[in-house]
Amino acid sequence: MKRISKISLILFLTTLLSACSNADYIVLDPKGPVGQIQANLIWTSVILLASVIVPVLLLFVFIVIRYRDKPGNRAPFKPEWDDNKTLEIIWWGIPILLIGVLGFFTVRDTFVLEEPPSKDVEPMTIQVTSLDWKWLFQYPEQEIATVNYLQIPTDTPINFELTTDAPINSFWVPQLGGQKYTLPGKTLSLWLEAEEEGTYFGTANNFSGKDFTKMKFDVIAKSNDEFQQWVNEVKQSSKPLTLNDYQELSKQSVVGTSEYSTIPADLFEYIVDKNGGQYYRSNNHTASDHDRKQLELSNNE
Amino acid sequence: MLESIKTFAADFFVTGDPLIYGADVSILLVTIAVIFVLTYFKKWNWLWREWLTTVDHKKIGIMYLIASLLMMFRGGVDALLMRTQLAFPNADFLPSDKYNEIFTTHGTIMILFMAMPLMFALFNMVVPLQIGARDVAYPFLNAVSFWAFFFGAMLFNLSFVIGGSPDAGWLSYAPLSEVQFSEGPGQNFYIWGIQISGIGSLASGINFLVTILKMRAPGMKLMKMPLFSWSVLSSCIIIIFAFPILTVTLGLLFVDRFFGASFFTLDGGGNPMYYINLIWMWGHPEVYLVVLPAFGVFSEVVSTFSKKKIFGYKSMVFALLSISLLSFFTWVHHFFTMADYKVDAFFAITTMAIAIPTGVKVFNWMFTMFRGRIQMKPPMLWTLAFIPTFLVGGMTGVMLAVAPADFQYHNSYFLIAHFHQVLIGGVVFGFFSGIYYWWPKIFGFTLNEKLGLWAFWLWNIGFYSTFMPQYALGFMGMPRRSSTYGWDMGWWPLNFVSTIGAFLMGAGFIFQVWQIIYSVRQGKKDTTGDPWDGRTLEWSIPSPPPEYNFAVIPTVEQQDDFWYKKQQGKSMKPTKYKSIHMPKNSGIPFIMGSFWFIAGFGLTFEWVWLGIIGLIGVAVSIVARHLQKERDYYIPAEEVEKTEASIGGAR
Repeated sequence: MKRISKISLILFLTTLLSACSNADYIVLDPKGPVGQIQANLIWTSVILLASVIVPVLLLFVFIVIRYRDKPGNRAPFKPEWDDNKTLEIIWWGIPILLIGVLGFFTVRDTFVLEEPPSKDVEPMTIQVTSLDWKWLFQYPEQEIATVNYLQIPTDTPINFELTTDAPINSFWVPQLGGQKYTLPGKTLSLWLEAEEEGTYFGTANNFSGKDFTKMKFDVIAKSNDEFQQWVNEVKQSSKPLTLNDYQELSKQSVVGTSEYSTIPADLFEYIVDKNGGQYYRSNNHTASDHDRKQLELSNNE
Repeated sequence: MLESIKTFAADFFVTGDPLIYGADVSILLVTIAVIFVLTYFKKWNWLWREWLTTVDHKKIGIMYLIASLLMMFRGGVDALLMRTQLAFPNADFLPSDKYNEIFTTHGTIMILFMAMPLMFALFNMVVPLQIGARDVAYPFLNAVSFWAFFFGAMLFNLSFVIGGSPDAGWLSYAPLSEVQFSEGPGQNFYIWGIQISGIGSLASGINFLVTILKMRAPGMKLMKMPLFSWSVLSSCIIIIFAFPILTVTLGLLFVDRFFGASFFTLDGGGNPMYYINLIWMWGHPEVYLVVLPAFGVFSEVVSTFSKKKIFGYKSMVFALLSISLLSFFTWVHHFFTMADYKVDAFFAITTMAIAIPTGVKVFNWMFTMFRGRIQMKPPMLWTLAFIPTFLVGGMTGVMLAVAPADFQYHNSYFLIAHFHQVLIGGVVFGFFSGIYYWWPKIFGFTLNEKLGLWAFWLWNIGFYSTFMPQYALGFMGMPRRSSTYGWDMGWWPLNFVSTIGAFLMGAGFIFQVWQIIYSVRQGKKDTTGDPWDGRTLEWSIPSPPPEYNFAVIPTVEQQDDFWYKKQQGKSMKPTKYKSIHMPKNSGIPFIMGSFWFIAGFGLTFEWVWLGIIGLIGVAVSIVARHLQKERDYYIPAEEVEKTEASIGGAR
């Protein structure tokens, strides 16, 4: 009886575990250079750290077994032995060395990720606005917009300019690369690029209220030609995005996907300014020339 | 008239949810039961005289312990509700708004109303005994701290049935926590619950810092002080610098909410990034200040149960102090995804740097066991469980510190798994270890080991099956605070395992409660005062200690003084007694706490008149204390001698 329950338990657990295939580990299955750098760094850090942690764990197990207080245990017993400079130098040294090496890779890649991933291709800009509880994506160069899904060309570095017209959120497409926050009144910039065609999972990743969980979006990566074709389709067959539409969109609600053939001029700048963007002098997207002059004047006084 | 009362009540009481009605009924029943029992056994007077008015650090410690275990129950129920919701895809056990409230209260309660009081329970139960003192430096203030914590926690918990719970996350980032997005009293409950208990925390920090610096037994130089007391000192240093930041931050948030200021909204010239920075300038040191005393516990336990002096004492002290310092230079790692890349690089390195002293401590614990004799007693088991758990948790912590990689972990289940691993594996296991270790000292009887073993294994198996799958879920892209998920991402199996694990931990907790109840009636009395063959001063006095702790303050010559005196067969039993100066009990801390509660309740509902009444009450309590004449008394030498003869026990 006991055996049957054991076997069925093991069977149950294996089914459970096999139900998640390797393909589900999307962070470790990147489809673009940014995600690749990050995945490499993840593996580097795991290997470096495990190379210390695993031997330490083994040593721990050894010590606990060898020095158990059992009658007849003949392992040495030195109750007053509490100091050894060489040993102490070694284990101050090990973590320092480890952190030194890992720190080097960390700083290197932190700087690398600030740059566009492919420098020989003309980059593209997409303006991302997180709303309650949906995403608005504006394509300033194509002058179109989408809600709750993205279409991007492959092999093109994309500069995502992120802001919000709602509480702070985070824009994350794990297979293309790490996330960044969407902040009110400020734009942060995030470089991502897709190398393979496909549909990638995207999500809001910083809690923003009631229906935060529903802020998922697909990122569809297609060849440049197909992307252009899609842009033309959107331009021909969709309705324009008006300021009224935007007001409606920015109210708290959950909506499906949609696309718009044109976007109001400077809508993104308007969103940033509306949330206090004028207070950021250094931000070249927000302050109009007039505001900037005002700020400069007031700063010089 | 009746109509207006009805509409008021509909707003005031949370309605429409079976969970809440269940809570209403159980609160009512428990209150009636408590009142009945106290009246029936004529215990009201006893409760007031022995507990509510006490300034004895041991009793205050016990009250902290009870309160924190209650809060662990509440926070644990929150956790199980969340795990039940996430056990299956597309579940609608908890709708998203309820789910948001529950993860908010789970986090807030577990850190501020469970971990903190459990820590203060240990401070109170152990520090004065360990350094050879008769009480803390400011016994009255100690009681004020406790009641401020207690009433703050009660105010926060009240939100579940009255007015509605906060739902903006345990750190309540602005602008989500501003009136614009979170109307109503929920967020105010959060602010005032934490503010009021925060006063208590800050006062305790000061109290124990002074106690340790000024009240050590003669001869106990700082470098001869037991490591637990050192860890408390390091923790208090962090409290003193970190808690004022929290108070100011939440104060500003309240000014924003109540007066319509805009410290944390951009459109009025403030900035939500200020909030995030400030709250983490407190929040990060906070997690270190709760883990440091756990480190102290491990140092005591490892040494006692390996029958060996702690290895690398000086390194250990240096590591503790450097962690308190470094803890203030890492806060930005909570938002690498918001900061400038050069700032990221700097804070990535400082964060990793904390791993250095922490790693050293682990080595020193291991080498304390090396060439020792390890006794598998309950406190030691928890310590042994801690080491591998913390090693892995520390490893994932360093992984998170790698800023570019953090862009992939941030706010995912990987992060959830990491901080639960260090907070449960480090703080909770540490505090459990400490409670099992000092339990016989404080209560005078030992806990049943068999039930404890059940609890131990359930907790450990439960812990690993809950949180290991969550690391994997992070790599699958599951965001934290997801109230539900679909079938499409392959998240179900691991979530299901995680839920089972959570219930195992819940079962472990039930075994602990059972263990305590069982041992109260059946536990073996500790007549020796030294059940573990301990090394430090607290084991030289009877269990439970008399109200004055030490009949005669001992003189200390070396580290582990009691151990060596035992070895040499020297008796620490005094021969001549003097009368002992003691603080008198006072009802003022309890009354002041009640007024804080009234003030907090008024401000929460923005009934200014009630807030003012409460604050006046607080002020009157302070003045009353100043006017109080008889604050202390002497226990005559003969009475001390009589007490000592009757309890005997200690060597």
